[in-house]
Amino acid sequence: MEYAGNPESEIHGIAAEFQNARELYHAAEKLRDEGFEHWDVFSPFPIHGMDEAMGMKRSILGKLVFFGGLVGFLLAVAMQFGTSSFLYPLIVAGKPTNLFTVPAFFPIIFELTILLSAFTAVFGMLLMNGLPRFNHPLFNWERFKKVTEDKFFVAIEASDPKFSPQPLKALLESLGGTNVTVIHGD
Amino acid sequence: MSEATATVDKVSREEAKIVRPPLVLNQRTMGWISNYISSIIEGKTPFWWYAAMAVTVPLSLMCFGMLAYLISTGVGVWGNNHPVGWAWDITNFVFWIGIGHAGTLISAILFLTRQKWRTSINRAAEAMTLFAVVCAGIYPALHVGRVWMAWYLAPVPNSNAIWQNFRSPLLWDVFAVSTYFTVSILFWYTGLIPDLATIRDRCTTKIKKFIYGVLALGWRGGNRQWRHYEKAYLILAGISTPLVLSVHSIVSFDFATSVIPGWHTTIFPPYFVAGAIFGGFAMVLTIMIPACAIYKPLHDLVTHSHVDKMCKIILLTGSIVGYAYLMELFIAWYGANPYEKAAFWYRAFGPYWWAYWAMMFCNVVAPQFFWFKYFRNNWIWVWVLVQFPNMGMWLERFVIIATTLARDFMTSAWGMFHPTIVDWCTFIGTFGLFTTLFLLFIRFLPMICMFEVKAVLPEADPHYGEARH
Repeated sequence: MEYAGNPESEIHGIAAEFQNARELYHAAEKLRDEGFEHWDVFSPFPIHGMDEAMGMKRSILGKLVFFGGLVGFLLAVAMQFGTSSFLYPLIVAGKPTNLFTVPAFFPIIFELTILLSAFTAVFGMLLMNGLPRFNHPLFNWERFKKVTEDKFFVAIEASDPKFSPQPLKALLESLGGTNVTVIHGD
Repeated sequence: MSEATATVDKVSREEAKIVRPPLVLNQRTMGWISNYISSIIEGKTPFWWYAAMAVTVPLSLMCFGMLAYLISTGVGVWGNNHPVGWAWDITNFVFWIGIGHAGTLISAILFLTRQKWRTSINRAAEAMTLFAVVCAGIYPALHVGRVWMAWYLAPVPNSNAIWQNFRSPLLWDVFAVSTYFTVSILFWYTGLIPDLATIRDRCTTKIKKFIYGVLALGWRGGNRQWRHYEKAYLILAGISTPLVLSVHSIVSFDFATSVIPGWHTTIFPPYFVAGAIFGGFAMVLTIMIPACAIYKPLHDLVTHSHVDKMCKIILLTGSIVGYAYLMELFIAWYGANPYEKAAFWYRAFGPYWWAYWAMMFCNVVAPQFFWFKYFRNNWIWVWVLVQFPNMGMWLERFVIIATTLARDFMTSAWGMFHPTIVDWCTFIGTFGLFTTLFLLFIRFLPMICMFEVKAVLPEADPHYGEARH
């Protein structure tokens, strides 16, 4: 079988190329039904409905962002009431410094909620995706470079309990995959 | 099997034609999109780019020179003086920040409303947002006078343990604008990651590969990444929408929460937001039309339909702005407040009458041409006509700020604003800075969001060519 990377090093997994989103989608459905665990499909753009085809649940990022936003909200409340009502109350332009000041504090509460939500969304996304990273065994495969252009790939990792190269090659080819390749590390 | 698929493909293509005009013309493939957009970055730097930079770089240097002069000498080098204490600095600040809003509108609001045509213009519009906010940020940062004291705005107590006045609209502004800038950068960069990976995978030289490789953060395009990515993008769009509306509302609070007649009105927040979108779309067209004229194949991605839709948005928001102008006048009369009445009388017939009527023409009359398909479809006309909103929105801020302050409650506090040469050079310089940043962007980053355009192609649908049910 063809291989990519350094054949002496550990096997990362086995990968196959597909020609379009439709083939990839149906391949994902089959692999999901076969019960694979450590695998992924790669595409130049997000494919609508692929989460269901792979049998994955909704991303939990939304829940994380709620807590990020909450932290921003509490931070702004603490910062404004803490300093203006407790640390150094100072009446400027006749505006009160007690709890009735909420309308004047509202804009900054809003902005900080947004700011911390955005930080959580972006950095949470990167963290859950295992990014940033400099290299990955898949990058050893020359054909994989087309994944950001117009080709589609399936990769099943060696850590999957059902991993064994030869039957997998046959399976991937039966799903329409071409150029089935074993991916090694560096 | 393959023949059957081909027939079905053909059927669905015919079907697609009936349903909706395609977003990408000439049946361009995914490979073409990557190749063409990346070739703009990978190719030899064209001559026009150097020629344009030869104009814009000196202009931005002039801007920095003027700012250095301002810092070393004092704010007196600007024409601001009693009674017009806010003049070109705040006019230009509001002008630039307003321009930025169209970028966020395109990337966030049109995303949430599933307007797929936005995909080919959102990257450039977001970049425009960032560069406009950079230009905007210069003014409030520098108009504080002693710039080295600007940290007083940060939530840190001063040496007398006094904290910032969080009840002041000026501090709201600091938080709003800095949040806006930060979130815009995050949004823009998040959108860039998959495209930077495309450039990385195509790079031929080691240095480029390293730079784009680091910038792409190791993106691989697996669905386990895409699902978090899409979620993050959706959330960013969801929070940017209220953010962009809040930012210009807060900018308008700078005026609306004061007690100056002509400023103290509740109509300001919606009217400022509509004006910002109006001026911002004009600026998007101002830079996109020349870009498409230079890179002709972009016509397949930025089509007549895109420009047509943007013209319609300009027409709509321009009419909202026109309505707001008339409503202001009506309320000034109907409200029976003599000071309010006088303020609007001076706007229209006072010393700055020319600015008021020029604004009326640029913002209310000129966009009405877009009712006609002829003007919306002729890109030269479009480019000429959108210069009116560009000018008009600057004039609007000038009218609101300068004419109001020039006629205070008491005649003894009346005075005119005269811009100095430093005012002029700084303002012209910011255009140089804006254009320089945009030229750098065109040269080094993909100006069309490749992965999103690929995703709106018919074959991106996982059920493409299958029988419909």
